[in-house]
Amino acid sequence: MSLIEVKNVTKIFGPNPKAALQRYRDGLSKEELLAETGHTLGLADVSLSIGKGQIFVIMGLSGSGKSTLIRHFNRLIDPTDGQILVDGDDVIKMSIRQLERFRRTKMSMVFQRFGLMPHRTVLQNVAYGLKVRGVGRAEREAKAMEWIERVGLSGYDGQYPTQLSGGMQQRVGLARALATDAEILLMDEAFSALDPLIRSQMQDQLIELQSELGKTIVFITHDLDEALRIGDQIAILKDGRLSQVGTPPEILLNPADDYVTEFVRDVNRARVLTVETVMRPPKTRLTGADIDKALGEMRRTNADWGYVVEDGRYLGVATQESLAAAVSANDGRNLYEVAEDGPTVSAADALEAALPAALETDYPLPVVDKEGLLMGVVSGREMSSALTPPKVASAAAAEPGGSAGRAGGAAPASTAGKTAATAESPAAAHRETAKLDG
Amino acid sequence: MSDLWLGWPTQLTIFAVALAVGIMVDRSTSNRASAVASALGVLVLTQALAFVPLDTLFFDGDLGRTIRGATNDFVRFLVVNYGDFFDAISEPVLRTLVTLERTLRDAPVPLVLFAVGALAYLASRRLAMAAGMVVALYFIGTLGLWEQAMQTVSIMLVSVGISIILGIPVGVLNARSNTARKIINPVLDLMQTIPSFVYLIPALMLFGLGNVSAVLATVIYATPPLIRLTDLGIRYVDAEVVEASRAFGATRRQMLTGVQIPLALPSIMQGINQTVMMALAMVVIGSMIGARGVGQTVLIGLQRNDAGQGLIGGIAIVMLAIVFDRISQAAGARAQKHRQVAH
Repeated sequence: MSLIEVKNVTKIFGPNPKAALQRYRDGLSKEELLAETGHTLGLADVSLSIGKGQIFVIMGLSGSGKSTLIRHFNRLIDPTDGQILVDGDDVIKMSIRQLERFRRTKMSMVFQRFGLMPHRTVLQNVAYGLKVRGVGRAEREAKAMEWIERVGLSGYDGQYPTQLSGGMQQRVGLARALATDAEILLMDEAFSALDPLIRSQMQDQLIELQSELGKTIVFITHDLDEALRIGDQIAILKDGRLSQVGTPPEILLNPADDYVTEFVRDVNRARVLTVETVMRPPKTRLTGADIDKALGEMRRTNADWGYVVEDGRYLGVATQESLAAAVSANDGRNLYEVAEDGPTVSAADALEAALPAALETDYPLPVVDKEGLLMGVVSGREMSSALTPPKVASAAAAEPGGSAGRAGGAAPASTAGKTAATAESPAAAHRETAKLDG
Repeated sequence: MSDLWLGWPTQLTIFAVALAVGIMVDRSTSNRASAVASALGVLVLTQALAFVPLDTLFFDGDLGRTIRGATNDFVRFLVVNYGDFFDAISEPVLRTLVTLERTLRDAPVPLVLFAVGALAYLASRRLAMAAGMVVALYFIGTLGLWEQAMQTVSIMLVSVGISIILGIPVGVLNARSNTARKIINPVLDLMQTIPSFVYLIPALMLFGLGNVSAVLATVIYATPPLIRLTDLGIRYVDAEVVEASRAFGATRRQMLTGVQIPLALPSIMQGINQTVMMALAMVVIGSMIGARGVGQTVLIGLQRNDAGQGLIGGIAIVMLAIVFDRISQAAGARAQKHRQVAH
């Protein structure tokens, strides 16, 4: 079920956005709009659906409109056009009073540069949302105290923000947002101002808190690694337009366009992709204790390797040779005893962790779950192909291809080729002449 | 009057003034249409005035005499018809002034010295500074000007009080609305540049000779910096902090009282300090329209060609300035604590 529904939100900045909106609807591009009307297209028909309990990451470079977009959710910015539904309520239609109530109870926000009030202590800052709501002093301070402890700032409640480090200040920001018990947490580049070590600690803390509290978190970042690390869903924004929405593996494995491809190229894929994304069903499952039957099965499917399974539980691997040898030895061992133990991986393992084992064995690695059930197999080759970044159709290659395609539509390809040849020949002739003259 | 100043050059001048107003509006709004409209407005207004049967018509009379006549008529009109209204305004000011003055003059001198010392200590938390203030004030007494100083102090306190009551809300208004700012800022420029006597003449007619007119002159002269610095202070409050308070559902009022004013406080305190200093600068001018106090001492020195008396009056004013300045500066510095956003 989606909690936040964004429908065709368009934002145009400038003195007369409504008129500019009409021009944009008439087909003007962002650049044309700026050149002709002096209006900036901030967001262009963005539609999103954010599910309850998700960490939804909106990613884009600076100027992509991500901060503008997140400010539409609690209407710190009014859209020029479009609809935003939160839990079925239309945020755009709310009166000022309704909006204030909505901001107090439904959504809270964490800011890039923390947005703490320097004249208030940590305790007063954390209690701010409750104070605005009109909660009594004792109650709000008790509650604020709880959250201060929860984010690991016990003992700092009497300090002023200036006395804390950046990481600690952002913990205060987080505690302030959590203290209102709002269902939705908006985080605007919340960790971008922190140094890498603190940032990853904060990411861990956020994931931990989210799994405990089940909040819906909308997280803005310009850092793809961060997006992939914490996001359940990632939306990629470029120039105010949505490029792609998907889970981290979807984004990595099937980038929608060149922009996303370019983006995901430098990601450490081995760390982000899990075995699950490349796993496939085993070709040969050997069940039952009978070796002859198993050998027959393997010959029939022409498989070199079989995965021995008892009650769905993985026991080991067997080769045609090992089975044939066991049959000819006829020492009374059954299939379960013949199966050779080997390395296994679990579906949640990152490829980084699974790869060494896959390189050691010459058969696809079995993937087993916690109970030891065989889920599937994964081969080294499949892993390495998943790890290869998709190629960007480079601009130089794409452009002539495109124009050739268009030219081809107008005239037969051979003609186009001939034209090119004749176009070239005078130059060649000229060169010949030059040579003769020289 | 020479013919040079009459006839069509007058018309041309009016047109130039209209144009200048247009350009000014254009600069502040960058909106051609409204600039043209204001220029036309000025033209139409002056032409309309020209048809009103005043002493002289523009076309063959002189503009200066017209304005003079109109202004005098207007002031006379106010005095005749709204005299009670102006009395009603001046009455509470006068009463406050008298009460304050009497309290300060009747209070035992050591008590006043102690109170100033305590105030200085509260503002600065430094004993040395408190002691210094007490000494400075005592020094005025040794000059034989204690009573006059107390009169000046009471005029100052009332003027500064009125300035604060008017200045801070107007400053807040300016910070919130660009339109208000565009209208009020030129008025502030006018208040600070127009010579005090220009508005003291009608003020004397409306409020009479004495302390109330002096308070009025002081308020007109001393309020602009407070308005400007309040405006500036609120505008310069970190945008993200204000946004944060908005995101948590604060009302405009909660934002103003809980975030914007507290964070603009150092700037507002600076404004109050400026107001106090400028109010002191008006002491002598105030005495010229009948306000009592140290200014009068200087004025008498001037009238009697008594340089010595002028000097001791001057010293007393400087001592008062030091006391007021140090105390309000110290209070401002303490307001500065924890007000800067950390990054």
